[in-house]
Amino acid sequence: MVANIKDKAVIVGVHNTKFSKDSGVSELSLAAQAVKGAIDDAGLKPSDIDGFATFTMDSNDEIEVARAVGCGDLTFWGRSHYGGGAATGSLHQAVMAVATGMAECVAVYRALNGRSGQRFSSGVSGEIMTADAIHWGWYMPYGLLTPASWVAMFNQRWMHLTGVTKDAMFEVAHSTREYAINNPNAFFHGRSFDRAEYDASRMIADPLQLFDCCQESDGASCVIVTTPERARDLKQPGVAVRGVAQAAAPDQEQMTSFYREEFAAIPEMEIAAKNCFEMSGLSVDDIDAAVIYDAFSPIVLWQLEAWGFCGFGESGDFVLDGALRPGGRLPTNTHGGQLSEAYIHGVNGIVEATRLVRGQSRNQPEKDINHALVTSGVGIPTGGALLGKLDY
Amino acid sequence: MGHQEEALHMTPEEQKVFEDKLYAYVGVEVCSRKPAKDAVNETMIRHWTEVMGDTNPAYTDPEWAAQSRRGKTIAPPAMMYVWNQEGYSVASSGRASDPQTEMAEMLNDHGFTGVLGTNVKQEYVKEISPGDTVYVQMVIDNISERKVTARGPGYFFETLATFSDQNGDTIGVQRFRVLKFIPQEQPAASASDDKLQVPTRIASPRGHDNGWWWNAVDEGKVLIQRCKGCQTLRHPPRPMCGECQSMEWDSIESTLDGEIMSFTALRHPKIPGYPADPICAVIKLGEGTNIVSNIVGCDFDDIAIGMKVKGKVEQVDEKTMLPQFYPA
Repeated sequence: MVANIKDKAVIVGVHNTKFSKDSGVSELSLAAQAVKGAIDDAGLKPSDIDGFATFTMDSNDEIEVARAVGCGDLTFWGRSHYGGGAATGSLHQAVMAVATGMAECVAVYRALNGRSGQRFSSGVSGEIMTADAIHWGWYMPYGLLTPASWVAMFNQRWMHLTGVTKDAMFEVAHSTREYAINNPNAFFHGRSFDRAEYDASRMIADPLQLFDCCQESDGASCVIVTTPERARDLKQPGVAVRGVAQAAAPDQEQMTSFYREEFAAIPEMEIAAKNCFEMSGLSVDDIDAAVIYDAFSPIVLWQLEAWGFCGFGESGDFVLDGALRPGGRLPTNTHGGQLSEAYIHGVNGIVEATRLVRGQSRNQPEKDINHALVTSGVGIPTGGALLGKLDY
Repeated sequence: MGHQEEALHMTPEEQKVFEDKLYAYVGVEVCSRKPAKDAVNETMIRHWTEVMGDTNPAYTDPEWAAQSRRGKTIAPPAMMYVWNQEGYSVASSGRASDPQTEMAEMLNDHGFTGVLGTNVKQEYVKEISPGDTVYVQMVIDNISERKVTARGPGYFFETLATFSDQNGDTIGVQRFRVLKFIPQEQPAASASDDKLQVPTRIASPRGHDNGWWWNAVDEGKVLIQRCKGCQTLRHPPRPMCGECQSMEWDSIESTLDGEIMSFTALRHPKIPGYPADPICAVIKLGEGTNIVSNIVGCDFDDIAIGMKVKGKVEQVDEKTMLPQFYPA
């Protein structure tokens, strides 16, 4: 049985800070700016916030953010683990808190100096003795050290099994970039690229080249979740959470589930999809647009299959038919994604999915967006959420 | 009495007189803006990129460059300092005297005979292309207070070179930091070798659940954990059997016959202590479990999913024993 939170929690405020490669401020400053901006967007006051949800990887303690922003009593805080797998995981925490009455207004935030501070591309190392460090120990001595290398290992086999080529990876990177061109907060605002430039970019971990990889960014994003009753009195159109799920699957490792009978697959994302659809009463045909976690271009393809937009091995043809583009079946990553807007660990994706349902995207599709999908990272325990218009 | 003792025995008054003369060089121009002997040219660019192993077509492929946003090739920015080098005349007739050489002579005369370039920092402002001419102007930008370093006591000084083109536009700047020091007697070569830190691969931490596995690797063996209850093999090792929940286990030794399930090479970033572009693979062992390891002994382009491989435990650096797999 799937727990039902359908329409019991509503996103009422969203905000991104300026995204950059060198914020020049602390991660706490970024978190405070994002939370304050989302409070303002909602038309709430800092003292209305009584709960927080973020990533275990976030360096900002909830009480520090609360003090910085000037919030009052807190009755809930919860963190979600596994890197970008926590993107909708944090939303999941907030929704549960609001649906059960543990808190009334929960701010979901993620703030990082991902370029000027601790960089993801610097890889893992074995300084600390934890189960996590022992896990990375199976890969570090061989040089399999970075997120790109782990995803490359899955992708090489997935391409081998499906016959999907780099044409499809280019289409993901390129369609995303075309959206970023219109987004002033995107790193690649106004900067297009073509196939020649894509092909000429340096190899990072075969077959992933530079433009298959997301950026390392400084910035923060926040979304605020409250009850439907309260949402109806606030200034923005409410965006209800129809379904939200977290999922891990058998033999799950963090980025290195290489020991499954067939490891070119993301069964954890299939569980998240099944549960989100069951919770919401929606089907894949109801989804009008998507923000699909894009730390690397191929993981968008796998997720299109996991969520049932097409069958296994069919995502290449699906995207090459233009599905992700403005007039396509599923306009996707309309903010420019993490490939071309900024890598804020997927929370900028929740901001964009909310804007799509509100009708406020910089690249708002012409068709009515009644339901948008947003997903968390891939290769890890993960999740997703289905957003829709609040009934007034 | 040698220079070394002279300097070490400088009285505070003598040191002040010396330092007054030394610090007078701060801000002094080493050379006024002058052009390079040769204009920026494709030949020197090609030589430089070949030596550096830099294959960026933006530097050397006019056809490619014509299609690019720039429309023409550019010189590698890091080549900025190359154009104004004096060349072989320095070897035959020596370096012409300038304020920097005068300052170095003064330091030498006071025992600071050691010289060590410690840092170079370049900043790039404008791209240049074949046909442009690079001009350089240089000043002594700063001199540190007297420092005690591992090499001996000395002073750091930094020159600031500003590079510009024929239009007077700044191309970039370079800061070059040098330590002039009084050489100390070095310990015997063997003793100093012990202190040389050669980077090695990052080792796995060893805990209750995995330490025994790595200890076996140190002895040349790759083991696979086996449940005593239901005989299921499992890797990586875990404290409990996922099939029957038994916590009793032993192990078998793998023959290291395997098949490649997937593979990649870590091209970027380069990591100290690792070979360039290490090839990593998921390998299905003959016993049925998967393991991650390196593929060695063949080119990346010759590797394919499904290829048979054979492993052996090898010493890969000063501190590390690891299973490595070769084409079977």
